[in-house]
Amino acid sequence: MSAPTDTRETTAPDPAGAATDTTAAGTNGAEGTPATDRLRELLITEHRPPRPSPFSASLAFGWRAMLKIKHVPEQLIDVTAFPIMMTLMFTYLFGGALAGSTSEYIQFLLPGIMAMSVVMTTMYTGVAVNNDIEKGVFDRFRTLAIWRPAPMVGYLLGDAFRYTAASVVILVVGLILGFRPAGGPVGVVAGIALLVGFSFAFSWIWTMFGLMLRSEKSVMGVSMMVLFPLTFLSNILVEPETMPGWLQAFVNVNPVTHLVEAVRGLMHGEAAMGDISWVFIASAVLIAVFGTLTMRLYNRK
Amino acid sequence: MKEHPDGPAIETIGLVKKFGDTKAVNGVDLTVRPGTVYGVLGPNGAGKTTVVKMLATLLRPDGGEARVFGRDVVRDPDAVRGRVSLTGQYASVDEDLTGTENLVLLARLLGHRRADARRRAAAMLDAFGLGEAADRQAKNYSGGMRRRLDIAASLLNTPDLLFLDEPTTGLDPRSRNQVWDVVRTVVAAGTTVLLTTQYLEEADRLADRIAVIDRGRVIAEGTPGELKSSVGAGAIHLRLHDTEQRAEARGLLEKTLPGAEVELDSDPVALTARLTGDGSAGAAAGHAARALAELAAAGVTVSDFSLGQPSLDEVFLALTDAEPGTVAGAGAAGPGATGDGAPAAGDETDRSTTTVKEPAA
Repeated sequence: MSAPTDTRETTAPDPAGAATDTTAAGTNGAEGTPATDRLRELLITEHRPPRPSPFSASLAFGWRAMLKIKHVPEQLIDVTAFPIMMTLMFTYLFGGALAGSTSEYIQFLLPGIMAMSVVMTTMYTGVAVNNDIEKGVFDRFRTLAIWRPAPMVGYLLGDAFRYTAASVVILVVGLILGFRPAGGPVGVVAGIALLVGFSFAFSWIWTMFGLMLRSEKSVMGVSMMVLFPLTFLSNILVEPETMPGWLQAFVNVNPVTHLVEAVRGLMHGEAAMGDISWVFIASAVLIAVFGTLTMRLYNRK
Repeated sequence: MKEHPDGPAIETIGLVKKFGDTKAVNGVDLTVRPGTVYGVLGPNGAGKTTVVKMLATLLRPDGGEARVFGRDVVRDPDAVRGRVSLTGQYASVDEDLTGTENLVLLARLLGHRRADARRRAAAMLDAFGLGEAADRQAKNYSGGMRRRLDIAASLLNTPDLLFLDEPTTGLDPRSRNQVWDVVRTVVAAGTTVLLTTQYLEEADRLADRIAVIDRGRVIAEGTPGELKSSVGAGAIHLRLHDTEQRAEARGLLEKTLPGAEVELDSDPVALTARLTGDGSAGAAAGHAARALAELAAAGVTVSDFSLGQPSLDEVFLALTDAEPGTVAGAGAAGPGATGDGAPAAGDETDRSTTTVKEPAA
């Protein structure tokens, strides 16, 4: 490829040349314009770097999700304003009636409302996936020789940040309203970690729907259909003992009930291993089933 | 030049893709030699993008075989992905991210370490004239800038095979020329390029071989010269200063250009001579030079002159039995009709024209 007779300064790096590149390129045709010379030096035909590991590929996509939050911070409204509203609303709406006082009720409600807000936030994963698919950028990701689930895992890593942010916001509001967790900081952190972990697993349902459904609106529609019964028909707002038998039957198998029981337990320092293991098993099953379905759709798309 | 011991860069045999009941691709055979530019030419909806997507492992073929550097795109997609890049028809950049972020992300995904990814992204942006726009979100880029960013992303790790799906559709002339320069540069470095286009002129300038594709089938294949000579040698378009001289000019042209068919255009000062015989550009130019000399000698004042290649429309008409109207989306419709930006040359008429007025042809 060497051109010994070439008198042009092809090899001399010329940082100042960059500014004039755009004006020169295109008018001179193929005759080595500064831009094409620079490009020629940049081409790597040998020694390509090795493929990234599944971990670093996923991390790169997670970084992308964080950049999106940085550039479109409005999307954090759903993990800040919405949870604050929910906490205030239910504390003052039901507090007096259900527990005699709001400060009594919030001890019971806060871990649950935290779980409800975060689990509801998971639906935005599906919306984001669906949005991206519409654009060409997904085609590029799919032509890369990387671990196939990496783009999806990346979304969920970004979402895990959002879940954590929502949890912290609710915790702060709760502390202001009089929430006093007996489990102390360790219990609270463990509770939030469990919640974020479960939501990460739960989000695979939405990556699947995001790939399956045609429009953002239908993703939202399906999400509501699933999330409302799952969060309201649970032990978040009231003790299941007050419900009719058939409803208790549903509430007791609802994974959200076990999640809330486990998070409550951790935060109040009376963790029940049974519920915690239940959450771990449910998370594993969710990833196995919906992760597989997601990847099948992703490869077919 | 690099050696490719594993045979052709692309080989497809009877490739088929169905969408519902329609066969978008209906038995396509292609063979592309390594290190060349291969043009896939056809109107909208001919199946060009579908072929590219199957070769780039984005779509699974419903029939036939496709191999890229000897690796089957269905059985061994990861081996294929490691050697190809795709720049799609619709810029595949993340609009929310800046130019730098887009390229750093992809460089990371291609295996570069963080610092190396940053350095490479910056150098690429500079080489593509995007240095000043590096920190702006891609959604604020113009069409040409977006396309350049997209192509830069495809070249971060220079692929062995680069797919360019209608890379200049909707670009202004300068951006189009930049894209052409890039194609020439990467091919010189040993990359094979598969280029789809609606413009005969583009395929003509860049491609070593061209497949003309219509309704999911390859209807002609060959070098640009072979394709053009199959439909005649092009045409000379003249505009005269004086309407009175048109009859005289017609007579002179018929005398100077034996076999040429001279038509009077609807414009009272314009006439067209359709050449026959050898389709090479040199021959047509020779005819044109003689005709101009004759006209000048006879005192006929020519105010404008252009030498036109056969248009894609004409190629299609010659290759299919289609009525002119049914080849919608081909040359006649062109970019202007679809509302896209227009490549510079020849869009005032329906021909891919190389006018003598164009400065740096």
